[in-house]
Amino acid sequence: MSRGTIRAFLVGDAQADRVVPPSGFTAHLTLFVSAAMAFLAVFALALSMASGRLADRWGEELALSATLRISAPPDQRAAQTRAALEILNQTPGIASARALTAEEQAALLEPWFGPDLPLESLPVPQLIEIIADDPAYDAAGLRLRLSGEVPGAILDDHTRWRAPLVDAANSLRRLGLISILLIVGATAAMVTLAAHAALAANAQVIEVLRLVGAKDRYIAQAFVRRFTLRALLGAGVGVVLGMAGVALLPSADDAGGFLTGLGFQGAGWLVPLVIPILGAAVAFGATWAAARHRLSELS
Amino acid sequence: MIELEHVGYSYGGGDLLSDLSLRLAPGSFHFLTGPSGAGKTTLLKLCYGALMPTTGRVQAFDMDMASLDRDQVALTRRRIGVVHQDCQFLDHLPLADNIALPLTVSGRDMSEESSNLAELMQWVGLSSRADALPPELSGGERQRAALARAVIMSPDVILADEPTGNVDWEMSQRLLRLLLELNKMGKTVLIASHDLALIRAAKSQVQARVLRISDKTLHLAGADL
Ligand SMILES: Nc1ncnc2c1ncn2[C@@H]1O[C@H](COP(=O)(O)OP(=O)(O)OP(=O)(O)O)[C@@H](O)[C@H]1O
Ligand SMILES: [Mg+2]
Repeated sequence: MSRGTIRAFLVGDAQADRVVPPSGFTAHLTLFVSAAMAFLAVFALALSMASGRLADRWGEELALSATLRISAPPDQRAAQTRAALEILNQTPGIASARALTAEEQAALLEPWFGPDLPLESLPVPQLIEIIADDPAYDAAGLRLRLSGEVPGAILDDHTRWRAPLVDAANSLRRLGLISILLIVGATAAMVTLAAHAALAANAQVIEVLRLVGAKDRYIAQAFVRRFTLRALLGAGVGVVLGMAGVALLPSADDAGGFLTGLGFQGAGWLVPLVIPILGAAVAFGATWAAARHRLSELS
Repeated sequence: MIELEHVGYSYGGGDLLSDLSLRLAPGSFHFLTGPSGAGKTTLLKLCYGALMPTTGRVQAFDMDMASLDRDQVALTRRRIGVVHQDCQFLDHLPLADNIALPLTVSGRDMSEESSNLAELMQWVGLSSRADALPPELSGGERQRAALARAVIMSPDVILADEPTGNVDWEMSQRLLRLLLELNKMGKTVLIASHDLALIRAAKSQVQARVLRISDKTLHLAGADL
């Protein structure tokens, strides 16, 4: 469709619009359902975008960092830590390796054991934080070398629990996208039903129009235009409400919890604006199909 | 204009019409009679493509009806004005808009046609009812409105199914005069009617052929009318 056609379609031919009687009931239902579907679509979109971000972040951060744990008798701890750091500094593919200080280790344990933890009195292993370079080091080779020279060292490159977390975030993103597809499908089904109801209610109008020489396009347009505009308006309202709801969610803080991260970021706020256009397109297609089907039964 | 060649039609039971041929020459005036249920309405529907013949073929304006797509059928109907036996209107629009409907759907400029419309409504005696809704009209008023709607596009062919069924003698003469005027302008006219007095009145003013449906086909009615 050219720009002119689209404008003509939106502005409408006042004469052509009048040949179909104004409808009350289905119009309100279509408006309401489009608004509700758009509202839901905003949340599904927020969910899939947030879990997508989460999956990417976890994937990246965790892939880069690894932890070396040194469990050794207190008297050998300092020596083994030094030895391990030396090996790490020689290993290609490691950007940095740093032993955590006693304060940092205490801070890590604090959520579980409370603030006044006498770290010295506990057999807490020494932690070394490894940041990988690009390309990264060879984990198997490093393990082999460490086991020979630093018997108390255990390398944890987080793959064991990184994979399921990233999987979970990716599944969540998939669920969000599937929800959006279902919402689109349900909207199409609803508009099809409403359009069929409107076409059936106006059977006589359609027959008279056909008999006086109206083309299918002319007859269908009156219906298509109405349903498209209703879906556009309803979805517009639904998206505004949904985006307001997302905006009112508590903002992400240091806790960085997943739920508080639910929402849109930056240009992501523009994405939900596609929903009304998508809704209008779905209504357009569904009404066209319904009208064509109906008209083809008429001579 | 319209030509039926060996047309047969059946609604599903036995044949209603069979081996029926008819040629409506440009400018000709035909009457179609026959007992109720003989198939007059069916024959008219075959002429404007509302029904497709079971056998034989129908041509309109030198095109085979069966070969036309839906848009071409619509365009063909703009050249054929039809007065239906059970005339239907858009019940939510005032009478004047209903009569102008063929102009509206074909995208004509209404401001150019408004004087035409007023004159035509005057002729069929409905000027005072221009703003009435169709359900508020009497049977005769509906028939007059249907005739006005059928001729407003100035079609090449006018098919009228009992156009004077519900009107008094005076009005039926008036409607006949309208059809005769249009015929003089070169329009082809086919009227299905039981009204022998009307047919006689017409025959005194125009070279009209009277066709009768019996035994499933058409016969030329003789001078007995
Ligand atoms: N849609 C239909 N389905 C089945 N049979 C039909 C249908 N329409 C008409 N008929 C039958 O076909 C026959 C012819 O109908 P038609 O309307 O052509 O008659 P007609 O000559 O116009 O009669 P009248 O003078 O009463 O208007 C009738 O017996 C009628 O019952
Ligand atoms: Mg009849």
